[in-house]
Amino acid sequence: MVVAQTSPGAPSSAERATVLECRGLEKSYGDRHAVRGVGFEIVRGETYGLLGPNGAGKTTTISMICGLLARDAGEVVVDGKPLETTSTEAKNAIGYVPQDLAIYPDLTARENLTFFGRLYGMARADLKQRSSEILEITGLADRSDERTDGFSGGMKRRLNIGIALLHKPRLLVLDEPTVGVDPQSRNAILSSVETLSGEGMAVLYTTHYMEEAERLCDRVGIIDEGEVKAEGTRRELVAILGERDRVSLDASGDVNVAARSLAELEAVDEVTASDGGIDLILQDASSHLPGLLEVVASAGAQVTGVNVVEPDLEAVFLKLTGKALRD
Amino acid sequence: MLIAGKDLRRSVRDRSAIMTAVVAPLVLAFILSSVLGDASTTLNAEFAVVDQDGGEVSQRFVGQVLESLTDQGVTITEVDSPDEARRMAEDGEVAAALVLPSGLSDAVQSFQEAEITIIANPESSVGVQIAESVAGGFAAELNSVRLSISTVLAGRGEPATVETVQELQSEAVSSSTPIGVEEQAAGSRQFDGNTFFAAGISVFFLFFTAQIGAVSLLQERKEGTLARLVAAPVARSSVVGAKAIYSFVLGALSMAILIVASHFLMSARWGDPLAVAVLVLSAVFAAMGLQSLVTTLAKTDEQAAGYGAIVGVTLGMLGGTFFPLSQAPGLMAQLSFVAPHAWIMDGLGELSGGAGTLADVLPAIAALLLFGMITGALAFVRSRSLVVA
Repeated sequence: MVVAQTSPGAPSSAERATVLECRGLEKSYGDRHAVRGVGFEIVRGETYGLLGPNGAGKTTTISMICGLLARDAGEVVVDGKPLETTSTEAKNAIGYVPQDLAIYPDLTARENLTFFGRLYGMARADLKQRSSEILEITGLADRSDERTDGFSGGMKRRLNIGIALLHKPRLLVLDEPTVGVDPQSRNAILSSVETLSGEGMAVLYTTHYMEEAERLCDRVGIIDEGEVKAEGTRRELVAILGERDRVSLDASGDVNVAARSLAELEAVDEVTASDGGIDLILQDASSHLPGLLEVVASAGAQVTGVNVVEPDLEAVFLKLTGKALRD
Repeated sequence: MLIAGKDLRRSVRDRSAIMTAVVAPLVLAFILSSVLGDASTTLNAEFAVVDQDGGEVSQRFVGQVLESLTDQGVTITEVDSPDEARRMAEDGEVAAALVLPSGLSDAVQSFQEAEITIIANPESSVGVQIAESVAGGFAAELNSVRLSISTVLAGRGEPATVETVQELQSEAVSSSTPIGVEEQAAGSRQFDGNTFFAAGISVFFLFFTAQIGAVSLLQERKEGTLARLVAAPVARSSVVGAKAIYSFVLGALSMAILIVASHFLMSARWGDPLAVAVLVLSAVFAAMGLQSLVTTLAKTDEQAAGYGAIVGVTLGMLGGTFFPLSQAPGLMAQLSFVAPHAWIMDGLGELSGGAGTLADVLPAIAALLLFGMITGALAFVRSRSLVVA
């Protein structure tokens, strides 16, 4: 008899159960290939980010995953159930938060929740209790019987997300939920996603904000022109750049001589001298920084400012696609 | 039913839907009925008359001919002078004034030329036509009497004396008319004024109300909620079906309210309740099918409302919701039946007043159901392209 051994802190197989599997997703609009062979998996408690600029194919991918859009090719399985546009069982496992507000302005917050809850087949008693919970979570309990057209933008956003959580989905799909949101509401949304993920919900999160992807996502898929260019944890993606840091020295004096001296150092990979200073690319900049400054001073240049930039997803995106995220 | 129920709840809160479905048609029907509703049965004119003659002929004209018109809504005011009559016509106090000159009776009895003068109020062309018609009819009657006397005298071959003429005149006047004319409506298709306007305006607005459900699909797409409906575990056909149910219920409710309200407020006579109910439900079905199909041709809710208005107004005019089809030229009257409005009005006209039965309106019901099925099926197929988030 063989007994499987697990370490105390490692998640069990149930805890790591795959909630979303999508493979080879394809979608074209006429001659335009919007999504090309996109595929990834998300497990329970994991937040997966699709990071890409506007028009990269994020919303089209999400629309196919949620059954809003028929795909040309590929496969989507949610909570073990295959999903088509006509599926009802698989759709029950998804909570979808559209990019634009999707609430009825002439219904109250509670009426909105009740309508969508019943659409997901929730029993009346359960729905009433769950609606109250959602209203508490979203901070709308004291405004629950007011029409939503009188709500602030942030309140509408919170309700928009709350509706998706009502039926306790296994997979929460958020399509750029912070676009056009004030910083306070944005922070509240990000905190909510962190909490939900911590409670074991699988989250698919699309964004073109690098900071959000870095803060929230366990794994990130970098998508551009309908293709996932790279996928992995932040560390794995940054490794694509060789984990090199960029150091910008604001300097005066004989900058060119200093640059030549720096280039002779083993730790330094690239050096570029300019009128205002020197740019270097090297590994582990923080440990080599004192030595760098010494070399510059010895070469007769004076350093007036130092800026160390560690590689981020923006840099990864730039390297992979040749363009900035906000292009 | 859940989606349809939600839409109905939103309609109650959305005053524009209530305005289109109930308030506007009721107010418009009430106004038209008040202004024009009795025009088909009464003349509603006021005449002044100046009798300068005072003889037998003029007294007969005033006392019998004009007096008989008072039952039809004509008011007669006798004045003393032509100047006073002219002033009343100029000031718009009367539609026309009739002046019977002195010597009229003598002239008529002695076979000489005589003339009745009509002073017209230029702003009352209909009233003037009525006055001309009445005076002309009286003159024609006098001429026929004179002709018959001449014929008798010529046959006798003896000279005419005053006594002979008066004797023959009395006989001619008192003799009964050889040919009578009786007005009968073909079948029982006879709207009264109030019912016509209540029915016409209700049917006209039905085609706007019946579009609200289909347009709400485009509104949901614009508001973003359609994405949420499609993402939910609900079949797309259920979403489309819910909008159809919503349209049907809204249309049926608005018609029911308009029928009951017009019955009590305008004394509209709709006829056999069962037959009216079946006909109206068929009408709602046809209106829903047509306007849903029109909506599928649009890309936005505003565009759909525009298309719907064009179709609703054009077919409403063609289909006789503003004027009776019987007044249309022959070809136009036939052509009007391409519009479902014409079938509805035809059926409602058949039932109006209580003479018609369900059997009488079965052709109209069949035509409306066929119309609704064809347009509804096309709309259902085309609506797939609308239910895309």
